Amino acid sequence: MEKKDFNIIAETGIHARPATMLVQTASKFSSDINLEYDGKNVNLKSIMGVMSLGVGQGANVSITAEGDDASDAIAAISETMTKEGLSE
Amino acid sequence: MGKVSVTVQDLINHTNLTVYSGQDFLSERFLTDTEISRPGLELTGYFDYYPADRVQLFGQTETSYARSMTSKNRYHVLREMSTDKTPAFVFSRGIKPSKEMAQAAKAAHIPILGSNLTTTRVSNIITQYLEKVLAPRKSIHGVLVDVYGLGILIKGDSGIGKSETALELIKNGHRLVADDRVDVYQQNEHTIVGEAPEILKNLMEIRGIGIIDVMTLFGASAVRTSMEISLIINLNNWSKDQNYERVGLDNKVERIFDVDVPSMVIPVKVGRNISNIIEVAAMDYRAKKLGYDAADRFENNLTGLIKKNSESDRNK
Repeated sequence: MEKKDFNIIAETGIHARPATMLVQTASKFSSDINLEYDGKNVNLKSIMGVMSLGVGQGANVSITAEGDDASDAIAAISETMTKEGLSE
Repeated sequence: MGKVSVTVQDLINHTNLTVYSGQDFLSERFLTDTEISRPGLELTGYFDYYPADRVQLFGQTETSYARSMTSKNRYHVLREMSTDKTPAFVFSRGIKPSKEMAQAAKAAHIPILGSNLTTTRVSNIITQYLEKVLAPRKSIHGVLVDVYGLGILIKGDSGIGKSETALELIKNGHRLVADDRVDVYQQNEHTIVGEAPEILKNLMEIRGIGIIDVMTLFGASAVRTSMEISLIINLNNWSKDQNYERVGLDNKVERIFDVDVPSMVIPVKVGRNISNIIEVAAMDYRAKKLGYDAADRFENNLTGLIKKNSESDRNK
């Protein structure tokens, strides 16, 4: 299992558009990918799940991936996080 | 497509104008311009900007001025008005053309038409007809269906199931406008209208069955002749690599002539009931029009939640 923590720096948090980008990235991989925030765990391939958390600026989230392409998935998600300005 | 034109005979067939004279010339006079001319200044002899290729409409003002002229003068200007491009003279309010008018028109093979309606009404009726028939047209490969009163144009590659989806919609009580080939024209700045070519009216092709007549099989309530296109739905084979709309905040459009028509892509996959999804898309579109945008409202609620969470994160 791969795991990586992120600190959300975007002013708007993980809003609808960045959430869509994250979900789209995660959906490209076959691994089970989850996002954890404030003790709640959601599937990163589920847009409604991700948005329901309402992750704001300053929040710490961790992403876990389990499967054959887990490390590629984490790398791609990190890239999306940076590209969308969600995290450094 | 080249410049379209219709004959005065077509105009007579589609409006309730009466033919006063020139019955024999109806099919040899062509209409190419949607505008109508009311020859006022021309009667005074000013022909510099005379729009000769338009229908010349005479109302009360024009005829009463013409009456004040001498017979010779009247014939002279009316003869000058009667060019080989002039499609027809039209008289409103039941006014009968003068002797000179009849002579001038006859000499140039121009029919004289009339109506008992007011000049404005006659003008509107003619313009409306001309705008419809002279508008540029093109054919689009797709199926146009009336779903809950909204014209939905279903597009997609051949064999993806457009007709089958439409058939299911018709079975659910919606109406077929055109299958396979939809002829479209721009009615005004923001309206595109679609209809079936005459030969394909009420017909559908269903693979494995062949051509079916929807009117015979499902009744008169299952068809309609033309409809404004409100929404375009593109059916696509589900692909893992394509990103589909997930939230509904992006409003995509497709341009037909000068009009941006809202559009969306719906992926087709075994187990997805496309006609159901199209019904929902139509209802959602209507709800949005009525001011209830679920995606928009959700986005606002999400902003509130994120703000609240941010604050409690900071206070930890």
